[in-house]
Amino acid sequence: MTDEEVAAVFERLPALVNGDIPLVRRGRHLSTAFLIGAGDVPVLATVREGAIADVTVSPPPMRSWRFAVRAGADAWRRFWQAVPEPGYHDLLAMTRFGAARIEGDLHPLLANLRYVKEVLETPRRAGLGGGDAG
Amino acid sequence: MPVEFEPIAGRYATIGLGGRPCRLFFEEAGRGIPLLCLHTAGADSRQYRHLMLDDAVTDHFRVIAFDMPWHGKSFPPPGYQDEEYRLTTDAYTEAILAVADALELDRPVLLGCSIGGRIVLNIAARHAGRFRALIGVEAADHQTPWYDAQWLHRPDVHGGEICAAMVSGLVAPQAPEVHRWETLWAYLQSGPGVFRGDLHFYREDSDYRDRTHLIDTARCPLYLLTGEYDYSCTPEDTIRTADAIPGAKVMIMPGLGHFPMSENPEAFREHILPVLDEIRVDACPG
Repeated sequence: MTDEEVAAVFERLPALVNGDIPLVRRGRHLSTAFLIGAGDVPVLATVREGAIADVTVSPPPMRSWRFAVRAGADAWRRFWQAVPEPGYHDLLAMTRFGAARIEGDLHPLLANLRYVKEVLETPRRAGLGGGDAG
Repeated sequence: MPVEFEPIAGRYATIGLGGRPCRLFFEEAGRGIPLLCLHTAGADSRQYRHLMLDDAVTDHFRVIAFDMPWHGKSFPPPGYQDEEYRLTTDAYTEAILAVADALELDRPVLLGCSIGGRIVLNIAARHAGRFRALIGVEAADHQTPWYDAQWLHRPDVHGGEICAAMVSGLVAPQAPEVHRWETLWAYLQSGPGVFRGDLHFYREDSDYRDRTHLIDTARCPLYLLTGEYDYSCTPEDTIRTADAIPGAKVMIMPGLGHFPMSENPEAFREHILPVLDEIRVDACPG
C-alpha cells in the first residue's frame, strides 16, 4: 500500500465507525480533531461525540489538532492484517517498537484510549488491509 | 437446568505482612504437589481459574492462587487510605513466603506471570531451597518502560478504563473474545493506583541482572515461558534472561500474549502441561 492508499482507507472512517453503535457510545465524551500520519500524507479526523464527523486528507494550512498518531504505510498495512504479526497487532505495540508515534496533547487520546485504538482498527475488521505482500 | 458447582474453593486468612495484619483471599483446587500461582500486575487470582478446572492439572497438583494485598478480594493493609501503594521486591517476596508458610506448603512449585514471573527470578536466586520447581511466565530480568505509568492514576482519566486499554494489546489476536474480555475485566476493576503501584516494583525495584548468576537450576529447576505477542516482556527479553542462567528451560509460545493462562487457556495448557508433567516425574522418580 502507498501512503495515498492508506490515506484513502482512513477516508472511509465515517462509514466504518459511525454505524458501530457500541463504538460510538464508547467515544461519546470525545469531541476533538486528531491527525493521522499515513506515511507522509496527513489525514485530519474530526470526532463529534464519538462519531467521525469529517476526514480530510492533506488538510489546508493552519488546521488545529489535539494529538497525532503517525506510522508508515507499511506499518498501517501490517496493522490491518486479519491476524497481524507480533509488534503490529496493537497501536501501543507499534509505538513501543518505533513503528508508530503519538504526539501532541495525549490527554484526549489516553482518556479515550480504547475508543481511539478501536477506531484505528476498524479497517482491519473490514478487511481493508490488502494482501500480505502489500 | 441443574447447577454444576466448580471444585474451586476460596477462603480468607489474616497474615502479617510488613508488620501489619493483612486479610488475604486465596482459592484452590486439586490434590497433590502444591502449585502456588502469582497473578499479574493490577489483576488477581481469577487468572488461574482455568488451571484450577483442568483435571490434567488438579489430578496431580493442589493449585493455589492468592490475591496480593490491594488486589482482588484481599484488602489493602490498615491505614492504606493515607498511603501511596508501591510494591517492592522485599514486600512481594515476604508475601509469597508468608502465604506458603501459612498454608504449610511443603516445597511448592511456584508459578508467576509478569510481575509474578519477575519475582520468580528473585525467589530462584535467594530462596530456591524452599521450592520444588519455579515457572516464570512472561518473565525477564528487567524491563525497559514503554509508557508513562503516571497516566494510570489521575483524577481526569478513568483508572480502570486506561489500565485495561494500556494492556489490551498484550492479549494476542488469537485469544478467544470471551477470555480476552474476562482477562481485561480484572484491569477494569482494579483499585486506584494499584496497577501503577505494581509497576513501581516492575520498573524501579526489580532489576535482577545483578542476581541471575546466583540461580542454580540443578538445585531447583527453572522454566521460562513467554508468548510471542508479548511486547511488555518480549520473547527476546526472556531469551536474554535465560541465556544468563545455565539450565533454564525456555519456551516461546506462538499465538499467545502476556496473559497465557487466562487469555487462551486451551493454548496455554499445551505448553504448561508438559512442564508440570516433567516436574511431577522429577518429584517422584521411579
